[in-house]
Amino acid sequence: MVLVYSDNKNLMLELLNKGSELAKELNKSLTAVIIGKDDFSKEYIAHGADKVVVAETDLDQFKAEECTDIIESIVKEDGSEIILIGSNKNGKELAPRLAAKFETGCITDCTNVYLKDKKLTAERIVYSGNAIAVEQFNTTPQIVTVPSKVFDPLPKDDKHKGEVVKKKIDVEKSSSKILKVQEMKTEGANVEDAEIIVSCGRGFKDKNDIKLISDLAEALKGRTVGCSRPIAADLKWLSEDHWIGLSGHKVKPKLYIAAGISGQIQHIAGMRDSGVIVAINKDPEALIFKSADYGIVGDLYEILPKLTDAIKTKMG
Amino acid sequence: MNIVVCAKQVVDVSEIKVDSKTNKPILAGVPQKISDIDKNAMEEAIKIKEKHGGKLTVVTVGPADAKEKIKELLAMGADEGIHIVQPEKLDYFVVSTILAGAIKKIGEYDIVLCGEASIDLFSGQIGPRVAGILNIPQITYAQNVTVEKDKVVSERNLGDKAVTIESSFPVMITVTKEINEPRLPSLMQILAAANKPINDWSLDDVGSGKIEPKITTVDIKGVSMERKNIVYQDDIDDSVGKLVDSLVKEGVLR
Repeated sequence: MVLVYSDNKNLMLELLNKGSELAKELNKSLTAVIIGKDDFSKEYIAHGADKVVVAETDLDQFKAEECTDIIESIVKEDGSEIILIGSNKNGKELAPRLAAKFETGCITDCTNVYLKDKKLTAERIVYSGNAIAVEQFNTTPQIVTVPSKVFDPLPKDDKHKGEVVKKKIDVEKSSSKILKVQEMKTEGANVEDAEIIVSCGRGFKDKNDIKLISDLAEALKGRTVGCSRPIAADLKWLSEDHWIGLSGHKVKPKLYIAAGISGQIQHIAGMRDSGVIVAINKDPEALIFKSADYGIVGDLYEILPKLTDAIKTKMG
Repeated sequence: MNIVVCAKQVVDVSEIKVDSKTNKPILAGVPQKISDIDKNAMEEAIKIKEKHGGKLTVVTVGPADAKEKIKELLAMGADEGIHIVQPEKLDYFVVSTILAGAIKKIGEYDIVLCGEASIDLFSGQIGPRVAGILNIPQITYAQNVTVEKDKVVSERNLGDKAVTIESSFPVMITVTKEINEPRLPSLMQILAAANKPINDWSLDDVGSGKIEPKITTVDIKGVSMERKNIVYQDDIDDSVGKLVDSLVKEGVLR
């Protein structure tokens, strides 16, 4: 059996695609798990699930301890050999805990999952993007987590049939308590889908100077502003939806311009898949130039307005 | 308050190069350090100890030379180190089982802390796995931690949401890099750390004498960052002009 779970619906649809491909190749069936209210079982079936197990529970919020125990019980009953879990923060704290319960292997943040000689094989990025590790399992169940946008969802097929099984699963209550859930401050930047990104880093002296970046982004008709860690995490000049890097967002625009960013490996890991990379930095030795196609050495306060003007002229 | 910090020695990822012939990352000779985010965990542990007192122990599963790096954590403020030399073959199952065995052997603990992930492999498995083995609550991706006498309140950073969670002890907390700025020990602290104990525990000591990994790494492929590296550094107006021409040729301006 192949089992998929995420508390995020879009991730679920993406996992169902990979899940049904694996299930077909192995001649197994595909189970989707919902914890809580049955909002999406029909949709999950139309996207490839042969069975949806709805764990009816009075737990109103995600707690890793309780969700782990619920999935553990479903896995035992279902005999799941492959478990795909969505790699958002909740999934990433659930999967290893589940693996600990089964004393089995777990591979997180997989960028590819496939069968090689009938063995489940997963690839993940290691050493800050310097290498890709290819891993296989020695035991079952085999647990992998997959980030969003690694796989596309299957087209909806309303003829696909599946059963919905509702179950009350009793698990030990966690002794932790959720006190508050707050939406994080966001400026609505969607860097992951952007085609052109202009990013700023510590080379900027004042929050208001970020206008130089948004002007250039506007001229490029990209309008997407990114930044490195210090700008979002330490100075908080921009909200975290702008943050590009290993612990921020990973992006792949066709054009990425980094101004005043030194080019630490953690930032590079977030933007290395970009099409063309441009760096602007006053330090000719800055690491960012090693990761760039084109660079200008100089004062960004002088360069950015001129570049914005030149681009406006060029693009009419 | 008894606190245990799990810290890993890692390769300095910014020093890794890819061998262009074999297409493998070159790891031999790369400098080693304590994983950055584990130092954030240590800083948080020291702050808790400063407020509530108690004992602060750091546990490292790593190669024989990891002992030198444990001294840095003792200089920062840990009272005692435990060093367990890693088995030849390991994965997250192996390391988390050894760490959990060590924590059980330590016996009395209220809070276990570690980084959200290590900066070399960035899997983020150790915290939740150890919590699962010990069957204690876990608070992951903590961006702040407030410890009171008999409970902890902490905010998890989920990217789009912040979840405030309260737990009794014992509890596992994994912290983000943003939670604090780890202190740099003074020369006096570095010298004093030489007198703090680092205990060597064997795999048998922590009940993990015969332990086999559940995952096999079948290949590691280097990813080389092939870029054009064309840098303009003369007159700014010329440079801007040349850059725009290049971008037009690349077809990224439309």
